[in-house]
Amino acid sequence: MPEQPEADAIQIRSVSKVFGSGDEQVKALDAVSVAIRQNEFFTLLGPSGCGKTTLLRLIAGFDFPSDGEILLYGQDIAPLPPYKRPVNTVFQSYALFPHMTVGENIGFGLKMLGRPRAEVEARVAAMLKLVKMEPLRNRKTSQISGGQQQRVALARALAPQPKVLLLDEPLSALDYKLRKEMQIELKRLQAETGITFIFVTHDQEEALTMSDRIAVMSSGSILQVGTSREIYDHPAERFVADFIGETNFLDGEIAGAANGRADVRLGSGAVVSASLPKGFEPGRKVTIVVRPEHAEVVAGDAAQGAALRGVLENAVYFGTDTHYHIRIDGSGIFTVRQQNSRRTAVAHAVGDAVGVAIEPDSAQVLKD
Amino acid sequence: MSRARETEQAARRRDVRLRWLLCAPALVVLLLAASGPLLIVVTYSLLTPGNFGGVVWQFSLEGWFRVFFSRDIFDDTVGFAGAHLDIFWRSIRLALITTLITAILGFPTAWFIATRPPATRPIWLFLVTIPFWTNLVIRTFAIQEVIRNEGLINNLLRWAGIISSPIQMLYTDFAILVGMAYVFLPLMVLPLFASMEKLDFRLVEAGYDLYANRLRVLWHVILPLVKPGFIAGSILVFIPAIGAYVTPRILGGGRNLMLGNLIELQFGQGRNWPLGAALALTLLVIVVAALIFYVRTAMRDSGGQRG
Repeated sequence: MPEQPEADAIQIRSVSKVFGSGDEQVKALDAVSVAIRQNEFFTLLGPSGCGKTTLLRLIAGFDFPSDGEILLYGQDIAPLPPYKRPVNTVFQSYALFPHMTVGENIGFGLKMLGRPRAEVEARVAAMLKLVKMEPLRNRKTSQISGGQQQRVALARALAPQPKVLLLDEPLSALDYKLRKEMQIELKRLQAETGITFIFVTHDQEEALTMSDRIAVMSSGSILQVGTSREIYDHPAERFVADFIGETNFLDGEIAGAANGRADVRLGSGAVVSASLPKGFEPGRKVTIVVRPEHAEVVAGDAAQGAALRGVLENAVYFGTDTHYHIRIDGSGIFTVRQQNSRRTAVAHAVGDAVGVAIEPDSAQVLKD
Repeated sequence: MSRARETEQAARRRDVRLRWLLCAPALVVLLLAASGPLLIVVTYSLLTPGNFGGVVWQFSLEGWFRVFFSRDIFDDTVGFAGAHLDIFWRSIRLALITTLITAILGFPTAWFIATRPPATRPIWLFLVTIPFWTNLVIRTFAIQEVIRNEGLINNLLRWAGIISSPIQMLYTDFAILVGMAYVFLPLMVLPLFASMEKLDFRLVEAGYDLYANRLRVLWHVILPLVKPGFIAGSILVFIPAIGAYVTPRILGGGRNLMLGNLIELQFGQGRNWPLGAALALTLLVIVVAALIFYVRTAMRDSGGQRG
């Protein structure tokens, strides 16, 4: 195994997957390419049917790509059956063997690899310790709770020390509190084992909090790959902006562009500074996105100079923050999320004429 | 307060009475149809045979004695009833081999059906049950037609020039096994299918994922999980196979008796009803003992069912 920190554990090279034949063909993946680095917590994020699970199953070997290459540390593993790939999976429903004990489940992979009995025993003990399940070694898997089953599934997949661990929505069956716990637990396990994790989820919050990098997928393609912050603050496409978090879309025209930044003139005449992808000329009509927490409701004199003006239609109190829905003059609803601190005790009343101030450097021009 | 309790108790008593009343028809049938005949058989096994069949009402252990021992007609010495013991052993052996054959043939058959798309499974199951539409005797004669010396297989082989004289298949143990495996196969396939249909195929994937190849997934994952189906199927096949009468009678000729034929013989030509009754009870004991042994062993290995 190469030890350079930036080595690619997995390289997906223009992989396509077509299910069915003839008229009933469904293209689950369309020439997807992505590189996943060693020791990375990499998340495939997207709505159901976007192809994220298909991609995971191709890496695991349960399905074979219709086209393209899957490289594991430079070696094409696409034609190998799952039992010849040093890759293990944590299944969505855990898929623990019901006829085996917790310990037998964890030792199964090593036993199949033909490791000596003593080594298997030692490894099982170490794994039980890692997931804090030592007292339950001889229980049947039907006699332990969902959260414990989750830990056993993790230990079973980690025991053979795979080069890459695949996790298929492993937390979706847990309740909210346990899910939060397991998120932290997963990050700890990844740090302790140093194994590359590829995590599939449709839960954007889960993706943002846990991942080193995220690939956002939609209808068989990867739309954007980046860190949580990049994906959230600088969504490249409308789908990404819309799928992750709440977003306001505004139409405008590029007034001037330089060094990856643009001044965008909105319909109201106000000019907003925004990040700009390559290849946009001044004068072009564009859409910009502004996150609700990157804007502020202003009243009175300040409203006159604000980027947007409108009427406060609705204010929803959430405890830590308040969501304001403002009907913008000549446009749709704009949402502002404002923290409820003691300082900003100014209460805006529904029906007030207000302005919306957009924080500098927080808007992003979309590619499409 | 006490009035309420009395009312409640009366209601409970009424409930209990009603429950017994509702169970009564089933209980009567069970008593008359199961325990009754069994009692008659037990009684007959302890009586003296009549000269022209039937029994004489005189207590005797001769019937039971003759199940296991025989008396020499000249010097009256006692020896083991070798012929009977042979037939016991043969019946057990043939029933076991039949169970094994149906398991080996039934597993891929059931697997095939269980892995079809759900919409087409009923059609395959329906096809498996088609042999039940024809009478057992007729089906058995059909097998005879296929394997007899002038039958389909021998004629084909001779026509192809592979053999010059017919292979003797009819009236051998082979013929009995072919017949029983054919007749009892659906009884193995159906429970196997039922347990395979419940099989979570993600467990198979988990097996592959954890470095088990196809054979090992079959051995370590699939077989243990469909074991309840094997147990049910084996019981359904073994019990009728060990007491089979029609198949060994038609395909085994007169030479290859099984327990069913031996018992029939005592009530017919043998005119020894007590011996027949004792043999029937011996068969019952063999079956029950085999079942207890089998289920115990099977359950101990799989464990989960009993927690």
